[in-house]
Amino acid sequence: MSATTQTAVKRRGSSTKRSKAFRREERTGWAFMAPFCILFLVVFVIPIIWAIYQSFFQQVATGGGAYGGGSLENKFVGFANFQYVVTSSAFWQGIGRVLIYTVIQVPLMIIVALALAMLLDSLIVKHVSGFRLLYFLPYAIPGVVASIIWVFLYNDQISPIVKFLEMFGVHPDFFASNAVIASMANITTWTFTGYNMLIFLAALQAIPHELYEAARIDGANGWQIAWRIKLPNVRGAALLAMLLSIVGTIQLFNEPQVMQTADPSISDSFTPMMMALNTSRGSLTPKGDGPASAIAIVMALIAGLLAAAYAIVERKVNES
Amino acid sequence: MTSELASVDRRLIRAQQRKADKMREKAANDLPPSLQPKKPVKVLTIIVLVLAAIYFMFPIYWALIASTKSPSQLTDSNGVWFAVGLDKLPDAIAANYATLLGWTKGYFWRWVLNSLIYSGVSAIIGTVVAVMAGYATAKFQFRGKGVAIGIVMGSMLMPAALLTIPQYSIFNAIGMDNTMLSVIIPCCVSPFGFFLGSVYAQNSVPDELLEAARIDGAGEARIFFTIVLRILAPAMVTIFLFLFVATWNNFLLPLMMLSSTDLQPVTLGLYGMVSLATFTDRGALMMGALLGVLPVIVLFLFLQRYWKAGLAAGAVKG
Repeated sequence: MSATTQTAVKRRGSSTKRSKAFRREERTGWAFMAPFCILFLVVFVIPIIWAIYQSFFQQVATGGGAYGGGSLENKFVGFANFQYVVTSSAFWQGIGRVLIYTVIQVPLMIIVALALAMLLDSLIVKHVSGFRLLYFLPYAIPGVVASIIWVFLYNDQISPIVKFLEMFGVHPDFFASNAVIASMANITTWTFTGYNMLIFLAALQAIPHELYEAARIDGANGWQIAWRIKLPNVRGAALLAMLLSIVGTIQLFNEPQVMQTADPSISDSFTPMMMALNTSRGSLTPKGDGPASAIAIVMALIAGLLAAAYAIVERKVNES
Repeated sequence: MTSELASVDRRLIRAQQRKADKMREKAANDLPPSLQPKKPVKVLTIIVLVLAAIYFMFPIYWALIASTKSPSQLTDSNGVWFAVGLDKLPDAIAANYATLLGWTKGYFWRWVLNSLIYSGVSAIIGTVVAVMAGYATAKFQFRGKGVAIGIVMGSMLMPAALLTIPQYSIFNAIGMDNTMLSVIIPCCVSPFGFFLGSVYAQNSVPDELLEAARIDGAGEARIFFTIVLRILAPAMVTIFLFLFVATWNNFLLPLMMLSSTDLQPVTLGLYGMVSLATFTDRGALMMGALLGVLPVIVLFLFLQRYWKAGLAAGAVKG
């Protein structure tokens, strides 16, 4: 980075001939950026603008009689869609579920991933690459397929897990209303723990071994090395993984959508993302893209607030 | 001659690996007695790691067993072993395979092919544009570069699923929903791929090489396509893998965009099977699930080192 900046500054600083070269560099740079930027505009920027625009409209039928008919027309409704979202108890219940889910699942997954990575890095174990592969493999299973498999494993008629627990007199009901969120959290944890563990393991293995030698000479024991050297060195990776996981769980969708097929008590607005989809598809009223866009925008704002709050807390903890 | 060289190479690599293993072992054995892990600690560690491995592998193992069973065998037989003798296993597999094709009305392999098309095409396009943009930000100075990087990096924190609703609305408005492009285009853009491309171009494309090529009179496009892409080939495999898996696993986007059965990816097809009220044949579905993830698993196993490289870059730079 610094090397290129320096040469660029040199170029900029000298004669007009050089500044012509600088202009050419600028053109080339943007030419290489262009394909990505165009796609980024189409996939990210325009949809965001479109969602904001649409959130001020609702589709209403015009011209038809009491039994419908006529044609659908976009009607400007001001902030009515937002008013509907922020006063909708279904929406806030969904947010509540997602928050409980995030508060339990994300720290649990990160701690387990960190613990497994530290154990694998501890030199006690041979066959590190074998374990690493076994832990990582669930990441290759699509969320939908993982959810289907686990839903069957939660089923009391066919699941060997249920049968095993029943031998000890335990009769688990993974679909009970107070257990269903934990059942979903287990599916996410199963899929993503190995992925996070691999990131942490890579960070741990990047620590120069001289540090350990030095610590040992100073008389540190294994626990002290783990706490004082290893943990601080993966801190950055862990905090980032935490942030990305929080953003990921806000949009919780696959697991509840699949579990709904086995458990009708999971509503169409179980999570905000399901609510947005079903509003857009018309199985919830008010229906259509206007209210659905408003739901998405409020969710994005909540996600942004959460990420900001997380960043502030993290900084505060760092300072103290 | 060349084969001789190759065998020497192989021997060298093997020797190096042995040396690394030995050093590791030595490091473990060289610990002063006070630091040697005590026997109970060692045993406990192994037990914890094996239990974790069982947790991660059991659902896949169970799916494998279940994929050979009929509905009645699933409820009545031992859940962790085959219901029939090993000699009858091929028949059981064939029966469930026929059931699977029947339930999916013969679309099953079409769905797998669709998944391959969606993931393959979007990953190839996405990788090339991400590497181009990453190379531009790593090796060129231009106005607005800082802003562009900031926006793309910031978008990594955007809950991407939320974009699916307006994306569908736009594709619907221009009559492009329910087409292959409606799945491929949104999957082509990866801020994470851009980030990886930038990191790799920064670290592995030497400025001197670019200068030398320019002095020799090569144009920028030629430099990129003949020199830079070759250097960045391993990095591109990594980005390709991430994009491929992300598209393969995407569920919400095809669910919204596609309505025709023959355009569905395999994840959506399998979901359609479980959500049928009349659906009963879980064993056949498990076979579909396993066959449907096979391409991704194969990619994983064969390209392991590229995964490691990508994750390491994410860990160190992140």
